[in-house]
Amino acid sequence: MTGTAHTAGAIAAGSFLLPALGFAVGPIFKKNVIRWETVGTVDDFPDNNYIPTVLTVTPGIGEAGKTTVYVRKYNPELDASSSDNALPFIAISDRCVHLGCPVRWVDAAERFICPCHGGVYEMLGKPIAGPPVRPLDRFYTRVNGENVEIGARFSVNSLLRRFSPRDPGEPLDGIGQYLYPSRPDARK
Amino acid sequence: MPKLPNLPAPPLPGPLQEPPPRPGEQNGAGGPLEDAKQAGITTVAWLDERTSLSGAARWMMFRKVPKGTNWFYTLGSATMFAFLNQAVTGVFLAMYYRPEPGGGAYESVRYITNDVFLGQFVRGMHKWGASVMVVLVFVHMGRTFFFGAYKYPRELNWVIGVVLLILTMAMSFTGYLLPFDERAYWATTVGVNINGTGPLIGPYLSDFLRGGAEIGGTTLSRFYAIHMLLIPGLLIALIGAHLYLVAKLGTTAPPWKKSEKRRELFEAEV
Repeated sequence: MTGTAHTAGAIAAGSFLLPALGFAVGPIFKKNVIRWETVGTVDDFPDNNYIPTVLTVTPGIGEAGKTTVYVRKYNPELDASSSDNALPFIAISDRCVHLGCPVRWVDAAERFICPCHGGVYEMLGKPIAGPPVRPLDRFYTRVNGENVEIGARFSVNSLLRRFSPRDPGEPLDGIGQYLYPSRPDARK
Repeated sequence: MPKLPNLPAPPLPGPLQEPPPRPGEQNGAGGPLEDAKQAGITTVAWLDERTSLSGAARWMMFRKVPKGTNWFYTLGSATMFAFLNQAVTGVFLAMYYRPEPGGGAYESVRYITNDVFLGQFVRGMHKWGASVMVVLVFVHMGRTFFFGAYKYPRELNWVIGVVLLILTMAMSFTGYLLPFDERAYWATTVGVNINGTGPLIGPYLSDFLRGGAEIGGTTLSRFYAIHMLLIPGLLIALIGAHLYLVAKLGTTAPPWKKSEKRRELFEAEV
């Protein structure tokens, strides 16, 4: 009787605790839908300067779901060393990889500068001052007719090698890529 | 003037006579004040007969306190009153607040602040009360530390207090997002990303907090639920345990208070 009662109690408690727990941790495993968004035409973007464009990363919540992406044409002189040879446009996220504040492109200095804790990045998004731990994130780009389209986010290490997207503050060089695993839905 | 002897009442027919007092009733006319007092006593007696709560109340409220007890010993109560202020004002703010990320949250907070009668005052009590509570928690903790009041047998109460401190900080963190203005949005971005820098579990922790890869609608409702349901429940339960242990173990004397020497030792020294 006692054992049966305890088992029944455990089943009863589990029947509401487990679904509630799944409810809470479910979003970690949620599959992100990749959306391609048009940000302009091919002629809108030079190859030696960034143009800010606005991308919606979370639809349906207004301004809070938007982010800024700095876009320029692929420039063989600048980008030969990066692994983005296949991408027609370089799209750099404004999300500082220190703690996620929005960096801005300062044209005169040719630097991305973060207002929060003084992170500074050069033209390719590599950090050259302050606390950032890796270069700025990028987005996949493609040309559809005359339009430039921006797709999913990816992160890069200090050699500009591509990684699945990581959150700010997570280094990707050396042991960093193992200490900060990507989210399950991003793995192949 | 000599006092007149009490004369017996004149004989009256039965229906006109005052009924004799019932057992337990006060003799004679007491007036409305006496009636109210009696009603109170009756109610408490009725409850106590069925619950025996008076013993617990006496145990909690009439305790022996050591000599030297001073105003520093009220910091815990002060913290609890700060918490009660947060609880009461928070309940009434929740009557107007809407956790909608598409502008509804900001608009409802603007409405509370600008349009609701006393809304700015109640919101101000909640906002400034939050800072007051954090400060009081730390001062209370410092008092406990410097008076050595965490030592045996009160270690468990110290541990519970540390958990309460962490929960208070979690309340501050989740409450900061709710106005959903620029400051709230970017402070939460930075806070969640600080969580994410923890090795191995950090990325999962920040995904759990955001409810996904980006700050969005689920983040706000999630923070709201944690802020007003999950953590308050834990806080109330742990404050109960904290108070129980204080009553059970008693408070300590301040460190500058020396214990009195026993009489025979005193005489031997002389």
